[in-house]
Parts: sequence; structure tokens; C-alpha cells
Amino acid sequence: MAKVNKLSYEFLKGLWDQNPILKQILGMCPTLAVTVSVINGIAMALATTFVLVFSSFLISIIRKLIPNQVRIASFIVVIATFVTVVDYVMRALFPEMSKLLGPFIPLIVVNCIILGRAEGFASKNNPFRSLLDALGMGTGFLISLLVLSSIRELLSSGTILGFQILPKGTPQLLVMILPAGAFITLGLLFGAANLYTLVRERKEKEVIITKYINT
Amino acid sequence: MKTIIQMVVVLTVISIISAIALSEISSWANPKIAQNRAKETEKAIFRVQPKAKSYKKINQSGLELFQVFDENNKPLGYVLTYEGNGFQGKIRLIVGLNDSLNVISRVEILEQVETPGLGNKITEEPFLKQFENLLTIPEIEWVKGSKPTKPNQIQTITAATISSKSVVQILNEGISKLKDLKQKGLL
Repeated sequence: MAKVNKLSYEFLKGLWDQNPILKQILGMCPTLAVTVSVINGIAMALATTFVLVFSSFLISIIRKLIPNQVRIASFIVVIATFVTVVDYVMRALFPEMSKLLGPFIPLIVVNCIILGRAEGFASKNNPFRSLLDALGMGTGFLISLLVLSSIRELLSSGTILGFQILPKGTPQLLVMILPAGAFITLGLLFGAANLYTLVRERKEKEVIITKYINT
Repeated sequence: MKTIIQMVVVLTVISIISAIALSEISSWANPKIAQNRAKETEKAIFRVQPKAKSYKKINQSGLELFQVFDENNKPLGYVLTYEGNGFQGKIRLIVGLNDSLNVISRVEILEQVETPGLGNKITEEPFLKQFENLLTIPEIEWVKGSKPTKPNQIQTITAATISSKSVVQILNEGISKLKDLKQKGLL
């Protein structure tokens, strides 16, 4: 695994190899709760990415000052402060956007992607790498939420981002808007992601075996 | 011993910095937020009383209450903002009523933190439309899963019954306070 230490990999690993939703199974609570419509998914992912980038960067800067025993408490204080600051600034300067995102902001504090990256990455790596890692994880989160919310919005109301996609009169599955629909869709997505990884690994193995036999 | 002191010092310093940052932000943002809120309320007054041309604030028992007038300065009715508990937190709404407080002209939700995608449908038109020209006597009622049959009933949103019920409860509470004031001749 030579690519592990490359700088570009710090960003790219969040997109698939260590995708926070599909591979690390982090941040399930907001994922299941907000993906009823695509616009909600995008809003949540952007707000989370914003907090993730800033808290990862800051935690990485002060990582050497924090004693091991109180690291989690320190991270939480930093993250909660950022979330509150974002909330206040948005309510003061962009009341319209705040109305749209309002209910999501407090949810970010408990999003374990942020604490997970602070603990798993930012506390062990330099600020620049942490920044790339946070951006990558945020993008991976955005992609997963987009896929999940598109499926749910399409099946529950026949629209994507409010535009009619399926012909009017197509039966609408109310279950997709309810928590059960979220679990079912997410489970199938996990299955698809694992199947893809499995098939790819098997192909790689076959290539190695045929090479070995040929020599 | 050294680590214990370090632990205490680091955590205290981080908390102090965080507290200073938050109190600074809050004292900077709060007046702006209040301003936004007042502006929004003013806009909402004319949305829930579409025929109104001017309004006057009424200071009565701590309520945020306005009397509205038409173009001939004839009183049209009242606008009340009122808040109460929803499913997850406070719901703040604004309601327009006629002069005798028995018909609603329109309701709008000003602030809410209901579940995105489910409870927050109370801010959407299909739900709010039900309140237009709704009777408030004896009080507003809700029905679940079927179309309303009486002129004082609304239908709750599927999968968001509690949020829908909360809106009805908040309205009933606010309106009954107004009716009390009216009876005492204070309005």
C-alpha cells in the first residue's frame, strides 16, 4: 500500500476506500434522519463539512498540547463551540439560510464523523493533512447522502430536488419517507458497496494467481 | 501528578477560550437576530392578514399582539404570535383572526425545530392551507387519517401527528387567551 502516504490519498480515501457512511458506518443518526429529500441531504452534508474542516484543522494544531486522558472532552468542547458559532453567525447574517438549515445545526454536534476524524486522524496528523482528510470525508459524506436521498425522494414522491422525474400517477411509497425506508435503503446500499468491493478483490486475486501460474 | 495538573489546566483553558468566544459571538449576534425576528414578524403580519394595510401593537398581558386595519382605518381583526412545545422543541407561529376572533384568516410558522422531512411539513402549504377560514368555535379540532368533516377541523400530517397536534394546541391556547381578554373588555 504505497499510496497510503501520498497527500492526494488523504483526500481521495474519504470518497470510497474509507467513505464515512459506506465503509466506516459513521454518522448514521443524521444520515437516516435527514435523507428524506435531496435538498435536506445537501444542506446537512455542507453544514457538517464546514464544521468538520474547521474542527479537524484546529484540533490538529493543538493536538500536542492535549493530554491523552482528556482528549475526548477537549474535542467535544471545540466541536460544540464551532457548531454554536456557526449557528449564531448564520442566524444573524443569513436568516433565510438559517431557516432552511436551522434544525440540522444542533444535530452536527452529535455527528460521530467529526469526533471520529478528530480522534482517528486530526489528533495524530499535521494540520494540512487533517484539512485534506476533513475535506475528503465531507465530500464522501455528501456523495453518500446524495445517493441515499435521491433514492428515497424519487420513490416517495417521484421527484428529485423538487423536479418531477417519474411520471405523475406513479404509485408513491410512503414507507420511503419513514424511518423504515431509510433503514431498508441504507441496508441495500451497504450490500451493494460490499458486493462491489468483494467482486473487485476477487478479480485482483485472479490476476495475481494467473500471473503466478503463467510464470 | 504532573499529568493531573496538565489535564486540569488544558481542559480549563480550552473551556475558558470557548466560553469567551461564545459570549462574544452571542453579544454580537443577539441584537441582529432580534432585528431579523422583528422584521420577519412585520412581513408575516401582512401575509396572515392579506387585506390589512396598517397595524398597531397592543400591549396586553405580555402577548405579542397586533390590531390590523384596512385602507379606511377600520379595524379588520388581530394578529397574534404565540409559541408552545412541539415534538422536539418550541414552535413559534403567527395567526390572523377576524374582529370577533372566531375565524382564522391564515396561520404561518415562524420558528420550529421539528424532524426534517416529517414534522417540518407543518411549514408547508398543504398543511397551512387547511387553517384558512377555519372556525375557532368552540375550538380547533384535528382528525387523523380521514378528511375533516366540520368547519373547525383540520387533518394531521401522516407520520407527523404530534407536530400537527402541537400546532393546533398552540393555536387553541393563544386564541383562548385572546377570547378571555375580549370578554373582559380589554381588547
